Amino acid sequence: MANNLGNIINKKPIHIIYRWLGDKIFLSLSFILGLTIVLLAIAMGFVLYSESGETFKTFGVWGFIKGTDWDAGLHMSFGALPFIFGTLVTSIFSLLIAFLPSIAIAIFIAEYAPKWLSNITDNLINLIAAIPSVVVGIWGIFVFAPWMRDTFYMPIFLWTAENYPTLLPIIGSPIGYGMTTATIILALMIIPYITVLTKDAIKKVPQEQREAAYALGATKWEVIRMAILPYARGGIMAGAMLSFGRAIGETMAVAMLIGNKNSFPFSIVGPASTIPSVIINEFREAVSNIHVSSLMALGLILFVISLIVNLIAAYITRKLSITGGKVI
Amino acid sequence: MNIANVKQKSLKQRKIKDNFMVGLLYLSTLIVITPLIIIISYVIYNGINALNWDFFVHELGSPTRAMQGRPTGLVHTILGTAVVDTLALLIALPVGVGSGILLSEYPDNKLNPALRIINDTLNGMPAILKGLLAFALIVKPMGTFSGLAGGVALAFVMIPIIARATESALMNIPWSIREAGLAIGLPRWRVIMSTVIPAAKTGLVTGFLIAFARAVGEAAPLMFTSFGNNYLPKHWTGMIFGPVDTLPQRLYSLAISPYKEWHAMGWAAGIILLVFVITLFIFARVLTAEKKYES
Repeated sequence: MANNLGNIINKKPIHIIYRWLGDKIFLSLSFILGLTIVLLAIAMGFVLYSESGETFKTFGVWGFIKGTDWDAGLHMSFGALPFIFGTLVTSIFSLLIAFLPSIAIAIFIAEYAPKWLSNITDNLINLIAAIPSVVVGIWGIFVFAPWMRDTFYMPIFLWTAENYPTLLPIIGSPIGYGMTTATIILALMIIPYITVLTKDAIKKVPQEQREAAYALGATKWEVIRMAILPYARGGIMAGAMLSFGRAIGETMAVAMLIGNKNSFPFSIVGPASTIPSVIINEFREAVSNIHVSSLMALGLILFVISLIVNLIAAYITRKLSITGGKVI
Repeated sequence: MNIANVKQKSLKQRKIKDNFMVGLLYLSTLIVITPLIIIISYVIYNGINALNWDFFVHELGSPTRAMQGRPTGLVHTILGTAVVDTLALLIALPVGVGSGILLSEYPDNKLNPALRIINDTLNGMPAILKGLLAFALIVKPMGTFSGLAGGVALAFVMIPIIARATESALMNIPWSIREAGLAIGLPRWRVIMSTVIPAAKTGLVTGFLIAFARAVGEAAPLMFTSFGNNYLPKHWTGMIFGPVDTLPQRLYSLAISPYKEWHAMGWAAGIILLVFVITLFIFARVLTAEKKYES
């Protein structure tokens, strides 16, 4: 009896700890962990900014961005323009190459293919995204780049040399490793991303929209052209933007295939460089402070570009969800 | 709108266009799938010969070792990958799951709108920047490249994916389950821990697998955090506090090296990476399919 009474008396504090304090602790723990992510993002920007201070002090912000010189050996002068140019050109062109095929595959998976084929295709496309970048890179180094050199670059180069020798500097040296090779591989690597996001956007189009178009006597392709694609346009654009962000940050395959030439002028098939590729190539060997700091400054530029691209994508998605996709 | 123009074409013309477009869709799908098959078959064809017993029991050593035909392998790389990836998962799981719980179970929390945008942005950030961050946060203060720094860098890759996956897995659980728990007098944290999370188990595990598969293949964040090492460390703690080898980073170093013997080992490392990633991928797919079947 006395024991029982003791239990009842003792129960209350435990109860409070269990309910009230337990909830408080759980919520604050989740909050702290969530805050960690926010702090991580802030830390990334802050670290890149503070580590690149020396470079911006020496060359000036604009001086560094506009500079075309990258000399870590003798003059210790650093400029970011060739890398910014290389990054943007490879990413933009890979997006242009990848865009239409990706949408075609997404339509194929979502609308045309029979269910079993749609499943297989979907899995295979996702598998492309799952292949590690370095594995694509090693294939590119030993198989794709030499093949491109022998089948395309050399004949084009020789033909140009015979007929229009003045155009040679624009074509560039046909060693196989260069801007075009990297761009094609980059396009292959971002296709899965655009495809998945486009497919999601197409699946969100309400069935009534399709039925209305069919009722007007449209063929299947006309339904897709006039009823589905315009409706899904916002989602497709956001997807393309996110994939563009992926292309900007893609490192290993590009570093293995672009040929790593650090200075202007770049040419169509000749070697070039991107921001991630130069960081990967030089950061391990960078000794002097100004060199490390310049690589960090390149990282900061990459951070800013990537931030802008992601925020635009977020903005498009947000706008889409508010208006239900009708405005865009 | 366009219907007026369409009407002017004959039905036959429109059917032809329809068929033409179907052909185009099939063609572009084929064009994109082909490289996938080519890449996988090349990796297997070129690497399979280097995948022998030595590969799994010896360390790499210096290039002369391979050129003289003495046995070399990547045992230190495989062990290093296991250590670094496990570390990354241990660091990323609590942060990612905690944030996911905050996003889905406390929808009116003030942090959430910012957290959601920042998490997505962090997910879209290039992996190489996560490597630079880990370099500045861990390598610089410690004064040495280390497996720990590599783990932290890979954790930065995993965290946003895990947070997102946790959020959507928990969101899929109907509110009625939570209300049932609350109605029998459970506090909120017990409801989450003993009813919501067990119910969302499959979705959570799928998310972890996808995050893990993404991180396993990443080389960029490891190049200047775990750095790489041709030998096994003398003591096992060297895996955590000293420079350590990982598969993707070793594959890169082997591929750009000038030695033929090392190229073959690079392809072999590619096979192991592919097998590992594809296994994870299939697991995740099977789990998703089962879940769909259940509901």
